[in-house]
Amino acid sequence: MGNVPTTVKHCLSYEQLIQDYPWLKRWLLEEKTNTGHEFPEFVKIVEVGPRDGLQNETEIVPTGVKIQLIDMLSGTGLPVIEATSFVSSKWVPQMADHTDVLRGIQRAPHVRYPVLTPNMQGFQDAVAAGATEVAVFGSASETFSKKNINCSIDESMLRFKEVINTAKERQIPVRGFIISIRIISCHHHQCLDSMGGFILLLIRADAPQLQISPYVSCALGCPHEGYIEPSKVSEVAKSLYELGCYEISLGDTIGVGTPGSMFKMLQSVMKEVPTNALAVHCHDTYGQALPNILTALQMGVCVVDSAVAGLGGCPYAQGSSGNVSTEDVLYMLHGMGIETGVNLAKVIEAGDFICNALHRETNSKVAKARGRTLGCVSVRENI
Amino acid sequence: ILLLHTCVKCVSLPEKVKIVEVGPRDGLQNEKTMVPTETKINLIDMLSASGLPVIEATSFVSPKWVPQMADQVEVMKGIDRKPGVSYPVLTPNLKGFQAAIKAGASEVAIFGAASELFSKKNINCSVDESLQRFDEVMKAAKEFGVPVRGYVSCVLGCPYEGKVAPEKVAHVAKRLYSMGCYEISLGDTIGVGTPGSMSKMLEAVSREVPVNALAVHCHDTYGQALANILVALQMGISVVDSSVAGLGGCPYAQGASGNVATEDVVYMLHGLGIQTGVDLSKLMDAGAFICRTLNRKTNSKVAQATCKL
Repeated sequence: MGNVPTTVKHCLSYEQLIQDYPWLKRWLLEEKTNTGHEFPEFVKIVEVGPRDGLQNETEIVPTGVKIQLIDMLSGTGLPVIEATSFVSSKWVPQMADHTDVLRGIQRAPHVRYPVLTPNMQGFQDAVAAGATEVAVFGSASETFSKKNINCSIDESMLRFKEVINTAKERQIPVRGFIISIRIISCHHHQCLDSMGGFILLLIRADAPQLQISPYVSCALGCPHEGYIEPSKVSEVAKSLYELGCYEISLGDTIGVGTPGSMFKMLQSVMKEVPTNALAVHCHDTYGQALPNILTALQMGVCVVDSAVAGLGGCPYAQGSSGNVSTEDVLYMLHGMGIETGVNLAKVIEAGDFICNALHRETNSKVAKARGRTLGCVSVRENI
Repeated sequence: ILLLHTCVKCVSLPEKVKIVEVGPRDGLQNEKTMVPTETKINLIDMLSASGLPVIEATSFVSPKWVPQMADQVEVMKGIDRKPGVSYPVLTPNLKGFQAAIKAGASEVAIFGAASELFSKKNINCSVDESLQRFDEVMKAAKEFGVPVRGYVSCVLGCPYEGKVAPEKVAHVAKRLYSMGCYEISLGDTIGVGTPGSMSKMLEAVSREVPVNALAVHCHDTYGQALANILVALQMGISVVDSSVAGLGGCPYAQGASGNVATEDVVYMLHGLGIQTGVDLSKLMDAGAFICRTLNRKTNSKVAQATCKL
């Protein structure tokens, strides 16, 4: 719906239709119980546990454990596993062993292993370590930029361009760049918003074309700005799509969204970006992740980010949960007859493994229930 | 057409949802710690102040079976009944019903299972037999002009039988409705349901019982409760059972969660623009109170989150 002229959009607007055809509302209501073909047949799960998850865990995990976790996840059928981050260990000590992790994992065929790279140094280290998909990020917020990558926005943008050009020059079949751009509020010079938001652009260079897949965070709410206007999210999404991004992941970074705000935000974004180029990255801080994902699925989104065992708390709400658990997402999708290609029981095993290593309980309700059910028959059938 | 299709989702939601708060009965009944009568009364009074329209107060079951509910009469007599708020109580048989009426109850609840094995294991009789036993309660309730709510358990799965046929659920729901229950609450007792099984079951039941006489009682044991509730709302259901702070674990999965947390449900409903009449912050006060007393963490994610907006 990206290039539909405004007048046509008006004609297609729901309100206009109901005005012109009053019987339509009743017809639509009668249709509502037909739940047969509303959902995508297949959903791609992007597993962010080993990077986004572990990065937000306080306990430092040994390299061997990280490698084993990723290897276990590789054996579950997950198609994309965010492996590590080539960021300075000064800033993110958890990811200090990035090279060893990337070199140590056993890469399953047909599985992609994107890694974060904040600058040229990180990019070069990643490529040297064998990365085939990298992420470069910069920030549009001076505060975030200084705090996270120790340079100004302009400098980070230059770094980003530098990395892409170098990759092209060296004809390295680099398959991914993630750019993180903190969107600053409107009273600053940028027209895009919110101190709390940042965009991760995932550029997959499937030679010769550079494919970009960004991650827009704080799409449903910001810890500093509060409610985020859907139009602001769709502005950002539109610019990224026009840059050549093939997949845009919309993140509810502080988990405040509900099916209501998810619906409004997606409705707005879908006017600018085709649905099949969208993904959702929901946080479960307020327990809303699964209904939000369900809403996204009903609107045609078919890529979902999640973290095994719900690893990674919320950096803005001490002690609260963050990422939604892959296990709980899978349980819901499989229960709805949606294919994912993932073996839930194996994901639960991987989750149990990493939780033991972290000396913490899983955030996944499915894993908790499976571990404790008294020989129930029904619970196995759904898996 | 895609645009219209996506609009269906927002058009088909109810404007108002009635929350049936089951924390003081279903919730506390499944908590190991014994709660003093005074605390129960305090909890119910705090819940009354939060705007909840229905609060399940206690259960007139024999204290031999459910010691937590032994103080049923004192609780019933001790609470401050807010006008406009209903305080239904469970009555497993005629004796319980009579004791309930004597203690001042003005609404009661009965229950049946959608699984034969579950019925046998829990109350040692078949589903039909269990419903027959309630005949006398229904008769007495009619005489006293007391409305009766019906609960159906295991609607999306049974710990013993496994899968439960939607037609069986429809059969039991229809029986309860024709016996005179004004509302039938469909319970996913072990929380195994997903939006897939929920919609299939509701499709079958709504063919036998009008949708405005149906409620959903979802358990969050597998984290599916809110997603299941959303689907139910999309199918026209506008009554949702929940428990403050998610009180009440799952008796079939030790340590796992049970009832969905009222705070999380209200958060979702308000976010959808649906009216509930509930003041979320007062509700959270009630949840914090009971968790302090029970010396346990809340099961509500909304309560856990300290994110300031």
